Amino acid sequence: MNRPVAPATGGGRIRTRLPFPTAARPAVADTQLRANLHRATRTIRGKRARVVDEVPDWEALRDAGSAIKADVQRRLPELLEQFEASATAAGATVHWARDAAEACRIVVELTRATGADEVVKVKSMATQEIELNEALEAAGIAAYETDLAELIVQLGDDTPSHILVPAIHYNRAQIREIFQRRMPDVPADLSDEPSALAEAARAHLRRRFLSARVAVSGANFAIADTGTLVVVESEGNGRMCLTLPETLISVVGVEKLLPTFTDLEVFLQLLPRSSTGERMNPYTSMWTGVTPGDGPQDVHVVLVDNGRSAVLADPVGRPALSCIRCSACLNVCPVYERAGGHAYGSVYPGPIGAILSPQLTGVADNASLPYASTLCGACYDVCPVKINIPEILVHLRQQAPHPLAERATMGVLSWVMRSPRRWAAALRLARAGAGPLGAYRQRRTGARTLRRLPWPASAWTRSRDLPLPAPQTFREWWGKQ
Amino acid sequence: MVGEAVTARDEILARLRTALADDPPPVEVPRRYRRVGDRPDPVAILVDRLEDYRAVVHHGIGALPGLLAEVGRLAVPVDVPADWLAGCPGQVYRDAPPLSPADLDAMDAVLTGCAVAVAETGTIILDAGPAQGRRALTLVPDRHICVVRADQVVGLLPEALTRLDPRAAQTWISGPSATSDIELNRVEGVHGPRRLEIVLVGGTSGA
Amino acid sequence: MRIALFITCVNDVAYPATGIAVTRILRRLGHIVDFPTRQTCCGQMHANTGYRAEAMPMVRNYVDVFDGYDAVVVPSGSCTAMIRDQYPRLHPPAASVAARTYELSELLVDVLGVTDVGADFPETVTYHPTCHGLRMLRLGDRPLRLLRQVRGIRLVELADAEECCGFGGTFALKNPDVSTAMLTDKCARVGETGAQVLAAADNSCLAHIGGGLDRHRSGVRAVHYAEILAATGAAS
Repeated sequence: MNRPVAPATGGGRIRTRLPFPTAARPAVADTQLRANLHRATRTIRGKRARVVDEVPDWEALRDAGSAIKADVQRRLPELLEQFEASATAAGATVHWARDAAEACRIVVELTRATGADEVVKVKSMATQEIELNEALEAAGIAAYETDLAELIVQLGDDTPSHILVPAIHYNRAQIREIFQRRMPDVPADLSDEPSALAEAARAHLRRRFLSARVAVSGANFAIADTGTLVVVESEGNGRMCLTLPETLISVVGVEKLLPTFTDLEVFLQLLPRSSTGERMNPYTSMWTGVTPGDGPQDVHVVLVDNGRSAVLADPVGRPALSCIRCSACLNVCPVYERAGGHAYGSVYPGPIGAILSPQLTGVADNASLPYASTLCGACYDVCPVKINIPEILVHLRQQAPHPLAERATMGVLSWVMRSPRRWAAALRLARAGAGPLGAYRQRRTGARTLRRLPWPASAWTRSRDLPLPAPQTFREWWGKQ
Repeated sequence: MVGEAVTARDEILARLRTALADDPPPVEVPRRYRRVGDRPDPVAILVDRLEDYRAVVHHGIGALPGLLAEVGRLAVPVDVPADWLAGCPGQVYRDAPPLSPADLDAMDAVLTGCAVAVAETGTIILDAGPAQGRRALTLVPDRHICVVRADQVVGLLPEALTRLDPRAAQTWISGPSATSDIELNRVEGVHGPRRLEIVLVGGTSGA
Repeated sequence: MRIALFITCVNDVAYPATGIAVTRILRRLGHIVDFPTRQTCCGQMHANTGYRAEAMPMVRNYVDVFDGYDAVVVPSGSCTAMIRDQYPRLHPPAASVAARTYELSELLVDVLGVTDVGADFPETVTYHPTCHGLRMLRLGDRPLRLLRQVRGIRLVELADAEECCGFGGTFALKNPDVSTAMLTDKCARVGETGAQVLAAADNSCLAHIGGGLDRHRSGVRAVHYAEILAATGAAS
């Protein structure tokens, strides 16, 4: 009866369609996109650094955050049961979804039961992950994104490219163009000042907020001992959705739990400074089931696995479940800055996406992502919960399927390098073999370098000269001492 | 038991238990971070932070009549202290029976108190306690005037949590509504109240 | 103290001058350096590309070759980081020698307690802190403290110095577009300094940046900082 149930990988928008290097190529060539990303990531890096540097106990907060999350992972089944009991006692209805499709089905059915044919949405990675908007649309239910960046992406018929700011790849002029094209009520002389664009979004959504009957949200945190959900936001669109409609459906990944309300004292210090570079975000909402006379009276929570159990099953990769979706790792990543978020092919881009997406789907389905990093370590330094992203990247590379030619080359190199005798002979051979060519290049160009080589070495020589072996190896010099 | 329907709940919990087959060791959470503020004048820090968010700070309950003089339609929670409204020339709307969203949208301002305020982060916390009302009340009107007593101000966030009931619906407010969604630059004024005004009562900087 | 030099595979074949420089610096300071010839490679390329099993013989060989020394000096931040950070996890018996393995500036500043190594290098130099030295070893300003004591040197600051150059081992081959974009930016920052020489603690990163600088005929030479510390004017 108690046969073990295997952890399962997930579905939804977490799979690369093209290998990362291929998907990155057009992005790298898009100078406008590069400029937008450069400007935005530099801005946020500076803001984050300023507000983190002023906190004397930042490292202690990171240590606490990391440990709390490790404790949550260790006790996840019991904490989920505790959350369910607390939330249910407070008047919420808790649902469970094995995967993206099941989660979508639950939300569609709950919405249909209210008779509504539209929902307003708070920005939520979980609902992007499970492709909820598409599922709602297929069921004849219109989903309106209300976060400014999500609204821009939705109106632009695009997909998010950043965890915190899904429209980071657009600049103000491009956003104005989208608004003018897709908002019927927008003034003809709309300026591209951010304040004017924010005002346009306010006017566009105001009626919808005041008349909405069903809202869909995610949650930044779910408190096990009280059954409380927490949403952190800036614009007030979250408050509108969480407060005014009669029905509220929150889609929450099972990893979002915190054991106690007190643990928020750590995470509500770590998150805003890491994400928007503010001492505190403008609005944080907390609700526990139903509060009579205040806010939605029909409250649902959908707890989603969708691959998280598979992440949990890997003791080395498990800390990826500690992620609080702050985006600090994206903002400092030199690869993200050049490639942009779409190249990662998943709603989770950047360094955290490069470890999370392959674990959610199984590495074989996202095999290029663990290699989408130079292992420079900037992500680990800024991670508020100290996820050792480089270590997990290297770990996942061990599981990735390897190209045949690469495997053969690596095997031969290992065979040579494991033997001091073979290695010394190989060095002699390389030096001698390259000798005439090196001497020729030295005479011709003044340097022992090559400028153009056929594939696969062309990947190097397309942008850099390649040094040839020296006329004398170090060990030969040493031998003559 | 062949044929028994396994619920999603049971299956997910079973998957997670299997995933933890390595039996990770217990975790001791190091709480070496500051839990009590050590800076001398938390009210002054609160003012600095609020102004950084472009909230407007007024000192002393005596500032209220001047603020309310320009308000034609003012929403208030049922239990608003009577002395806050002294000299308010406009129409006062108590939230009982509850004002509809459209009613709230027609207000010029809402006046409430708060539960606690956090100096270091410039955060005003409302938990539907005395003089605060329900959440929609402070959300829909475009201007929120909030009275904060000096004895409600704590230095750090951990101090604030001990004063709150976790199960009460809470709204934490740190400045007027804002967005960083355009080029990651912050601009104030989106869906929530675009004007946040704090009236500080008592303490070192006000009367 | 018995100090051994781990030259690293790349340096042995392509950058012997760096190993010669390390030897000269330590001898000038009165230390005896040994070069055990049974050394090969630290295994980082294999391990970081996903071939940990193939790296293990190199890890074990390193322990066999170097375990008897008081200190091992490595003129590479990246290889040092591989040994110190990954070896103890990959092969627990390696923990002891891993802890006694130092990047050059760590050996000089922390173990031997010197910052002035008697060098003379009258050129304009900018320094790029390579990622593994910066963020895994936390070298901090140790290399710069050594360079500041060099006679005649003019050190100029590199903008965005702490940003990765885009090498990343096999990343440069697997992701050539992104790698090249990062390289282009790094070369531009180097060019803006007006330096004659770009110094760093890793010849692999320098092969990448230097290869880009040469491609653009920038005239800036990429040099391992050990070679600057070894220079005594007359010889350079």
